Amino acid sequence: MHLFPLNSYGCTRFKAIVKAFWAKMSGQADAIGADALSRMLVVYPQTKTYFSHWKDLSPGSAQVKKHGKTIMTGIATAVAKIDDLTAGLLSLSELHAFTLRVDPANFKILSHNLLVAVAILFPDDFTPEVHVAADKFLAAVARALSQKYR
Amino acid sequence: MQENPSTGCQCPADLLPAHPSLCPDRCLIVYPWTQRYFSSFGNLYNADAIKSNPNIAAHGVKVVHGLDRAVKNMDNITAAYTDLSVLHSEKLHVDPDNFRLLADCLTVVIAAKMGNAFTPEKQAAFQKFLSGVVAALGKQYH
Repeated sequence: MHLFPLNSYGCTRFKAIVKAFWAKMSGQADAIGADALSRMLVVYPQTKTYFSHWKDLSPGSAQVKKHGKTIMTGIATAVAKIDDLTAGLLSLSELHAFTLRVDPANFKILSHNLLVAVAILFPDDFTPEVHVAADKFLAAVARALSQKYR
Repeated sequence: MQENPSTGCQCPADLLPAHPSLCPDRCLIVYPWTQRYFSSFGNLYNADAIKSNPNIAAHGVKVVHGLDRAVKNMDNITAAYTDLSVLHSEKLHVDPDNFRLLADCLTVVIAAKMGNAFTPEKQAAFQKFLSGVVAALGKQYH
């Protein structure tokens, strides 16, 4: 167990935790993406407004599974580009800003559900230290995705 | 789960008393700025210190009792929480956004404990319950 003070989640340690945990969970990425998206649509029904063109929004539907995979591909990109998320997620930011026009408040909602999905699949590995690093990482991803909005 | 049949709100009430320290210590680790309200509690320097701090554990029991009160008064959490809301606003001076942070943390911890039994539907009902708790705690802020 580490004894680092809590305000020492400086770059190196935080990135190391994120990369290590991603390596552990990436084999289940598709399942995590599908579960997180399913939960988001059920628990926060206002998010369904972005998917009014889908036939089936129910948990585990084919469209939900496919889109969960798309989301996790984005997360994988973010992990790979963790040293410069703004540059690394530039085109994704443009997509969300100009084409999808997703209200950035929803990034927080999806992030929360990603943490729930991960906690369910990896209860022992999802320690408080990993939790804080994951939360911080997803917040940084959300910020990078919001860059091109205005 | 205890459920209010008219609102569909649910709370895993049997889970909370068994794990009183579920409540505050992870929140203090994941959102360290929440420690501002616990400066008199002793050593909160790192995650291990927080997890073994007896004052934090005792506070966890208080939080669970508070949630228990909400479970027992699911039809009108606002009324049941009037005094608690005044306490948090006028005496403790807690930013109400912290209630939402604690609710999110609690959800993640319970998800880890319950695993797949914490279905999306259960999560939705629990979220509804927690939203009621958060709103009730913030009601007496002026």
